Amino acid sequence: MTEQMRSGSNLERVLRAGHFAVTAEIDPPDSANPDDILTAVKHLAGHCDAINATDGSGAHCHMSSVAISTLLHQQGFDPILQVSCRDRNRIAIQGDVLGAAALGARNVLCLTGDDVTAGDHPQAKRVFDFDCMHLLRTLRIMRDKSMFLSGRKIINPPNIFLGAASNPFAMPFDWRPLRLAKKIEAGADFIQTQYCYDIPRLKEFMKRVVDMGLHEKAYILIGVGPIRSAKGAEFMRNNVPGVRIPDAVVERMRQVPKGKGNAKREGKKICIELIQQIKEIEGVSGVHIMAFRMDDLIPSIVEESGLGPRPRIPVEKPAETLPESINE
Amino acid sequence: MGVRERLQNNPKRLEWLYKTTHNMILGMKPMISRLGMERFERFVVGVERWSKEKIFDCRMCGQCVLHSTGMTCPMSCPKNLRNGACGGVRENGHCEVIPEMKCVWVEAFERSQMMGVYGDEILHVQPPVNRQLEGKSAWVTMLTGEDKDVPAAWVGINNIPVIDSANK
Repeated sequence: MTEQMRSGSNLERVLRAGHFAVTAEIDPPDSANPDDILTAVKHLAGHCDAINATDGSGAHCHMSSVAISTLLHQQGFDPILQVSCRDRNRIAIQGDVLGAAALGARNVLCLTGDDVTAGDHPQAKRVFDFDCMHLLRTLRIMRDKSMFLSGRKIINPPNIFLGAASNPFAMPFDWRPLRLAKKIEAGADFIQTQYCYDIPRLKEFMKRVVDMGLHEKAYILIGVGPIRSAKGAEFMRNNVPGVRIPDAVVERMRQVPKGKGNAKREGKKICIELIQQIKEIEGVSGVHIMAFRMDDLIPSIVEESGLGPRPRIPVEKPAETLPESINE
Repeated sequence: MGVRERLQNNPKRLEWLYKTTHNMILGMKPMISRLGMERFERFVVGVERWSKEKIFDCRMCGQCVLHSTGMTCPMSCPKNLRNGACGGVRENGHCEVIPEMKCVWVEAFERSQMMGVYGDEILHVQPPVNRQLEGKSAWVTMLTGEDKDVPAAWVGINNIPVIDSANK
């Protein structure tokens, strides 16, 4: 891990202080009312270190990630701006990141993005001018070299902590740690993974990651989330790209006796058990909780997993822009 | 199995073919220069399109990286990933977007493992595509060096992968 503070965001400070980090994701509002963000996040205060502002997640239209990130920042949260390559070319992306950073974003998660066919506008033109690797590298160039990709000077570069996604549960398994290494090479400082329901698979992945020393080069946060019901689990694994839920987990949800709230409680229990197992795996720096339409559960998941209360790390002077290996 | 599949599943042979073509074109450079690049391109672009389309389902991006991607054309990935595979690969190794198609990058990775010369190139971060070269002959852009042109700020980056290939 580089000694140099990248952006001094709350997430970065928590990770650098050696704490097990907790990030969360909220459902982006289908609304033009800023209060809808407020309602979505007010119960999360003190229960997580940063909140992801998704960018057209699942290729569906929602409030833009730049706007969500800004509203989160105004409410005193540390936003993680998600940027996907599906909808914008390199000109739009670089401009948006500058703008979001000017409005308070200090963490950026670089994604390729789900395909347009996964969403409600399958007729849309897919852009994919960049892939996530290009995006990571470009943002790193903007931050560390004070330049756009074209080489044109940026007067005040964005101080951003760069994130990337990883899916240890997708084929080809042997390739996943190698691709993670490429992402770190391209510029990732932290990683958030896809939903984990398969601990043995995760352990195998993390073993390779630790053997390759990647956990010392980037902070790795494992994605988790409560399941609503057996039907919900079936839906997720059949319709959300890249999500694997082992049969044993679905079966456990099926065994839940009928009754109001029973399934939701069991889903939450599974999530807490997963977090407790994930905490023990070498090389893991935190969890990323994605509670689709159940974000009211996040505070109790955090508390009952023994991850609360969240640490408060005093703000140091943010890093000067850093000339690093990239300038060699 | 068709001729194309048989060829594609023999990355070692394709690799040899790539290397031979590459060296042959480079060797012909003085002659081609005398002929004029534009004239050469007019003559060659059709041949390239026809042959590479047949073998690789080539999309004529004009900056061929086949040897870095397991002799599998990355532009045939619906997301045009130059650095795949994405996280959406299905449990059977098929594409998130086109379920009946095997993921281009699953194939790329498998084939790269069988390659003798350029197999490790898949570990390198590939630069963004120069959309100005789309439709041009990659054989010509290789000669002019345009295929290696990267955006100004991209240069100077350490291109050595963080992975030591022995660790693979």
